[in-house]
Amino acid sequence: MQAIGVIARNSFREYLRDKILYNLLFFAALLIGGSVLLGTLTIAEHEKIVTDMGLAAINFIGVIISIFLGVGLVSKEIERRTIYTILAKPITRVEFLLGKYLGLASIIAVNVMIMFTMFIATLWMSGSSVHGALGEAVALILIEALLVTAIAMFFSTFSSSILSATITIGMYVIGHLTSDLKGIAEKSQNQVTEAVMTGLYYLCPNLELLNVKGQAASGEFVGSMYLITASAYGFLYAGLLLTGACIIFQRRDF
Amino acid sequence: MDAIRIEHVSKTVPSGWPGQPPVTILSDLSFSVGKGEIYGFLGPNGAGKTTTLKILMGLMQASSGHVEVLGAPVQDVRIHGKVGFLPESPYFYDYLTGEEFLRFYGRLAGLGRADLERRVPELLKRMRLEEAKGRHLRRFSKGMLQRVGLAQAIIHDPELVVLDEPMSGLDPIGRKEVRDLILQLRDQGKTVFFSTHIIADVEMVCDRVGILHKGRLLATGAIEDLVGDGEAQTVEIVSEGKGLDRLAPVKAYATRVLNRGNRCLIVLPGPDHLDDVITAIRQHKGNLVSVTPHKGSLEDVFIRQTSRAM
Repeated sequence: MQAIGVIARNSFREYLRDKILYNLLFFAALLIGGSVLLGTLTIAEHEKIVTDMGLAAINFIGVIISIFLGVGLVSKEIERRTIYTILAKPITRVEFLLGKYLGLASIIAVNVMIMFTMFIATLWMSGSSVHGALGEAVALILIEALLVTAIAMFFSTFSSSILSATITIGMYVIGHLTSDLKGIAEKSQNQVTEAVMTGLYYLCPNLELLNVKGQAASGEFVGSMYLITASAYGFLYAGLLLTGACIIFQRRDF
Repeated sequence: MDAIRIEHVSKTVPSGWPGQPPVTILSDLSFSVGKGEIYGFLGPNGAGKTTTLKILMGLMQASSGHVEVLGAPVQDVRIHGKVGFLPESPYFYDYLTGEEFLRFYGRLAGLGRADLERRVPELLKRMRLEEAKGRHLRRFSKGMLQRVGLAQAIIHDPELVVLDEPMSGLDPIGRKEVRDLILQLRDQGKTVFFSTHIIADVEMVCDRVGILHKGRLLATGAIEDLVGDGEAQTVEIVSEGKGLDRLAPVKAYATRVLNRGNRCLIVLPGPDHLDDVITAIRQHKGNLVSVTPHKGSLEDVFIRQTSRAM
């Protein structure tokens, strides 16, 4: 357990010293701040546009960090051969993977918190209402980002960074279209299309479960029961992916 | 108990092309390294040295055979608490400072706060990195990176130190520093196992060597035993006088004769006919300057063994 903490702290420090993170935060600030300007151009629903755009910006930047830092979590260590000296110390491969994941998860959590604070400050300064439903949406955005990180990390244990990023982006897009996939499978006359769509429906995570931005923008609460169920789904899926990553990683030669 | 025991280890990897047979990297490798020894693992590039070291450190799994490190199977990572490792041309986290880097590896090795407070400054001083302790590794020179890499390998005071080409790419001063460190480790009773393709590195510090070529161990043993196996001894005679190269014993037994003005260098393939040649030189009123017997070098052994295996 101590080794996981040491790896996680170092991983956290690595991203903290990475300029790209600050550039992304700056970009998030621009998007959130820009939502106020966009809101002033509309006649009605000024508040909804600011809220929608702010939540979308937090979601977008969170997922970008998850995918592009997530795919490098393991593959960068292997490509740069830093893993040789790490695994030569009394630490298991599972401890290494979990430490790396927790380090990035902490950075993502901190970033989402910073963006949420910027968002609330923007709402407050623009005179829009601040309510708990926004917190619910951001909590599920964070869980989605952690799940996407687990997907990126899973693929990076056995494929290149570019391939892992491509597959993760693909799974992210499909993950938001799973209900459509089921619909296509049911309506399809072609057996192959039906099998592929059904397979994708069961294989890809249903990320729409973690998307309550629309309700939050309208001020609707999804409730604690929904939050707990959706979070459990996200954590379970991420846990399965991490278990798979550990199994593959244990067998790898470096 | 041996520090390292490798028994009948083979390693094959897929060729990468469908239908092609797998590629053999190591073939039935067996040897052991005793505690307190400095063992040099010598072989040309591509011989399988790094693969052997990776198997020893659990970074790669052997296809067959058995590997023990300090009496424990290599799969047991707890044994890494007693082993230090420096890979070839290492790359480290360059966003860390020298001090942060050593603290990180010390914590990974399980050192407590008190041990870290003592070991980190001690190693920074020993590796002449005190002034660079607050500098990021991305600003370190190659020699400094090698020294800080060696420091992380020994931060937990391991019993066994495994080094992959530790002197590769270093200048003469850097090479001497690494050699001195290896000798210091032996003085402290540690076992050092290192790979290299540079024979001089091995001759200067090793108690025993192993010669690896194309994944097979061609020879292993003490340098004196390998070198002094009765082969490749020569004797060089330097003498002054005219016409020495035309003497009958010189013509009959010398493998090489070089005339430089009044001086003549005669090379005999061994000491067998030395007396005959010296007597002939004296009878011819020649002046004997020197007689130097040359024992075979490790290089001779290495070239002979690897050419035989071609």
